[in-house]
Amino acid sequence: MKYFLQRIAFYLFTAWAAITLNFFIPRLVPGDPVQSLIAKFRGQLSTEAINSLYVLFGLDDNKGLWAQYVDYWKQLFQGDLGLSFTFFPSPVADIIGDALPWTVLLVGITTVISFLIGTGLGVFAGWRRGSWTDGLLPVTTFFSSVPYFWLGIIAIYLLTGPDSFFPSSGGFDSSLVPAWDQYFIPSALQHSLLPALTILISSVSGWILSMRNMMVTVSSEDYITVAHAKGLSERRVAVSYAARNALLPNISGFALSLGFIVGGTLLVEIVFSYPGLGFILLQALGAKDYPLMQGIFLVITISVLVANLLADLAYLLLDPRTRKEG
Amino acid sequence: MTIPTSSTAQVIPGQGAMAAPEAAKPAKAKRQRFLFLKNKKAAFGLIILGLYVLFAIIGPWITPYDPDARSNDLVQPPSADHWFGTTHLGQDVFSQVLDGTRPVVFVGFLAGTIATVLSVIIGITAGYLGGKTDDTLSALSNVFLVIPAIPLMIIITSILDNASNLLIALIIGLTSWSWNARVLRAQTLSLRRRDYIEASRATGEKTWRIIGFELLPNLTAVIASGFIGTVIFAVLSLITLAFIGIVSAAGWNWGTILFWAQGQQALAQGAWWWFVPAGLAIAFLGTALSLINFAIDEFVSPRLRSAGKTKLKTASGGTVRMRIGFTPVLSNSPEPHTRAQIHPDAMTPVAREATK
Amino acid sequence: MEPVLEIRNLNVEYGLGDRAVRAVRDVNLTLHRGEVLGLAGESGSGKSTLAYGLTRLLAPPGVITGGEVIYHPEKGDPYDVLGLSDKALRAFRWAETAIVFQGAMNSLNPVHKISTQLTDVLKAHDPNMSEHSRNARAREMLKLVGISPDRMDAYPHQLSGGMRQRVMIGMALILQPQVVIMDEPTTALDVVMQRQILGQLIELRERLGFSVIFITHDLSLLVEFSNRIAIMYGGRIVEEAPASTIYRDALHPYSKGLLSSFPALRGPRRELAGIPGSPPDLAGMPTGCSFHPRCPKAFEPCSTHIPVLGRPDSPDGAARSVACWLHPTEQPVG
Ligand SMILES: Nc1ncnc2c1ncn2[C@@H]1O[C@H](COP(=O)(O)OP(=O)(O)OP(=O)(O)O)[C@@H](O)[C@H]1O
Ligand code: SF4
Ligand SMILES: [Mg+2]
Repeated sequence: MKYFLQRIAFYLFTAWAAITLNFFIPRLVPGDPVQSLIAKFRGQLSTEAINSLYVLFGLDDNKGLWAQYVDYWKQLFQGDLGLSFTFFPSPVADIIGDALPWTVLLVGITTVISFLIGTGLGVFAGWRRGSWTDGLLPVTTFFSSVPYFWLGIIAIYLLTGPDSFFPSSGGFDSSLVPAWDQYFIPSALQHSLLPALTILISSVSGWILSMRNMMVTVSSEDYITVAHAKGLSERRVAVSYAARNALLPNISGFALSLGFIVGGTLLVEIVFSYPGLGFILLQALGAKDYPLMQGIFLVITISVLVANLLADLAYLLLDPRTRKEG
Repeated sequence: MTIPTSSTAQVIPGQGAMAAPEAAKPAKAKRQRFLFLKNKKAAFGLIILGLYVLFAIIGPWITPYDPDARSNDLVQPPSADHWFGTTHLGQDVFSQVLDGTRPVVFVGFLAGTIATVLSVIIGITAGYLGGKTDDTLSALSNVFLVIPAIPLMIIITSILDNASNLLIALIIGLTSWSWNARVLRAQTLSLRRRDYIEASRATGEKTWRIIGFELLPNLTAVIASGFIGTVIFAVLSLITLAFIGIVSAAGWNWGTILFWAQGQQALAQGAWWWFVPAGLAIAFLGTALSLINFAIDEFVSPRLRSAGKTKLKTASGGTVRMRIGFTPVLSNSPEPHTRAQIHPDAMTPVAREATK
Repeated sequence: MEPVLEIRNLNVEYGLGDRAVRAVRDVNLTLHRGEVLGLAGESGSGKSTLAYGLTRLLAPPGVITGGEVIYHPEKGDPYDVLGLSDKALRAFRWAETAIVFQGAMNSLNPVHKISTQLTDVLKAHDPNMSEHSRNARAREMLKLVGISPDRMDAYPHQLSGGMRQRVMIGMALILQPQVVIMDEPTTALDVVMQRQILGQLIELRERLGFSVIFITHDLSLLVEFSNRIAIMYGGRIVEEAPASTIYRDALHPYSKGLLSSFPALRGPRRELAGIPGSPPDLAGMPTGCSFHPRCPKAFEPCSTHIPVLGRPDSPDGAARSVACWLHPTEQPVG
């Protein structure tokens, strides 16, 4: 329990650090972005909106940094991430709210599946080390060296086309309206297959490799020899003794790598014009839409933190040594 | 993006193979250094890497065309004139790929160096000094570890408008040191508890001497592996930033080639040559670097070394495989009693089953 | 006395081809029913290799290059353990020969409860046993080695070193094997604890009637607890005799050196001579008697001819054997 509370404290601290970082980012922007925005939307901005923008960008000369910081937190607690420039005058929170589920479902589910498959194959490769499975390693290494988005481009080139089952872009058929119905869900699934496959193929080899190495390392532990000496079945030794122990560091690795993985998957969304966070991030970048970028960064960070916390929980359940003594 | 998974084990103290670095004896280390080059993975990786570095140096001088120069051969497939075909403006893709090698290698190595220096300073300080310093530095690296690096980089780069390669290397270096710092901290912690370090501390040896002469030599492999890992990460990051079009438009790199290919609908035109070479260039560089890292891992933790020959010939002509739990028996002279039956009453149920 | 395990010409190597290291060389050794056979020798002399080689538990690059391990079951004909199929060997392990490993600290799987690790061996060897009787048996074994049965649900990290050691001993006895191999089962423990656990073990042996191969650095423990002692040097058995005989009158210069390097327990203090020099490098073994570079008594045949283990020409020669040119032997053992 103590361990768990420590982790929670750490994540709160990290969230605070990320939010503070986020507060400073727009203050790094050279020049006066609000002025250029006002120019862009000649006359359409209310005084109120302009003021809120000045607060956001820290160009509000009347207030000190500390007061600005406090204001920023107040805005945040009201769920106010500012207004988007690109989709003006939509609030950033709404835009992100629309995109987030797409990303969470695509990236979240795919990453977990990739971890499970990779770990499973890694157990096999590590246990049967020295057999033909070792020959797969160079291939997996190659795939893990390919950028996610490039693999996506190749997939689109090779697998999509007028007669193909796989759509080349979007998150659902454009003739449909998002709803939980029998038309929309299959279409969404169909559209997510290729991006998911792309993420899967480029990320799975990393898990295979790390799990294999952990298996090899664990296999020479004393308790594995003991398990063999006890005459347990091969399966039990491999699964319940070796893999069960090798899994623990791999889960830690999983948690720690999430931050890396997310970056790659955003790019896959871009390539597939998948309506998630990565796609709107690209649009925000093109339009210099700082509030939207900031909001996306914040949401991604918080999501990664939550995912980390879940991985920690899993670790907690699997490793008796971190549980309360007694 | 690449996950530095090969070093997962190193991060978790007491768990991984690297929990106890095994190259402790200096005399032995020297002999092993040459052994390292004998490792096929290392040799292969280093040769490829060498080629890339070579092209990074001479690439811009040997390009057959000016990579920016337009021509009338628009979107031509590969030919004798244009090995990798041409772009929508008639530019030579081969020249662009060659010309683009230098910034990629430059940013990769510079960012790798920055991150490695930072991680060495932070990781070793935390591990060696312990206490409050350790808590603070560990918290700092953990924060950097869980904050998603690529989105952060994207936003910073985009704010800094037209960032130069130097600036990008700096950004990547400053945001990607945390993993290595964590690994180094764990390693330093475990080394610090070694007898000979404890002894040096007890005799009042100066801290910088202990770190410089006792710790660092033993951490070389780990630092090298971290450096290579960061180079991979930096290369992929640069490509990513270039691909979404937020780096300086001046100069080529593989990411910019892909950016133009994507922007000009190379796919829809069927111009595969426009994006395949750059992608393969990235993949081969990444593979070479990963191979070097695997070799380092195996070097540091002999358990991971591939077992070499694992199939053995027995005296009777059969083959057996080396595996944990069942030591191969090459020859045993069967005498008559060997084939005798075991009395069923003296056996456990499973044994009875097995001898049926 | 009736033999239970006969090791014949056992050879074990680490690695293949030119770089192979011969860690166990032509070992012949017999374990009798109900006895405690002590195995002593310097670190690296091949004790553990011999012990784990018996049931093919050596990890790669270990290879058994030759020999036989004849097991005599309580009923039925003897058979060669090295010739068993994987399936039969799995069934043989633990049921007939259990091992308490060197460094039993890491012998327990850190993620499973003690109870799981005690009962899974029962389940593997007798799938028909009910869960209830498995648990009952596990509790019984814990009680036997002096651990309160309510520690059944403890995880290994919640137990002290001595408790883990006892759990391993209890686990070794759970299937009532004929042979128990103990590889330095107590080195990690303090002296009082060592004697307590070993005392318990000997008591159990008298009650349950199994045989023990007991490996340790600590000759004083061996002399106290074993019936017979075999001394290993450079992968070979160099002397083997009843414990009291070795203690009183060791024949091999290496055994003498070993004995004089520990303070005697009882009786007059002996000279603490120790053995000068260091153990041989297995890769570049000296020719002839491998002990000759360190042997104070070495003479002319020693550096060229390998002495064979055999019965010495002495009054008690029938009960002992030695491999040394100082004690010409009649017929080789084996
Ligand atoms: N995996 C291995 N690869 C190569 N050589 C090995 C391996 N394991 C053991 N050896 C060598 O085999 C020899 C015998 O080792 P073994 O562990 O049997 O010695 P031991 O008598 O049990 O020593 P200790 O008293 O320290 O336990 C040693 O010289 C050792 O160097
Ligand atoms: S054979 Fe020779 S060298 Fe070997 S122990 Fe006997 S006397 Fe010493
Ligand atoms: Mg040993």
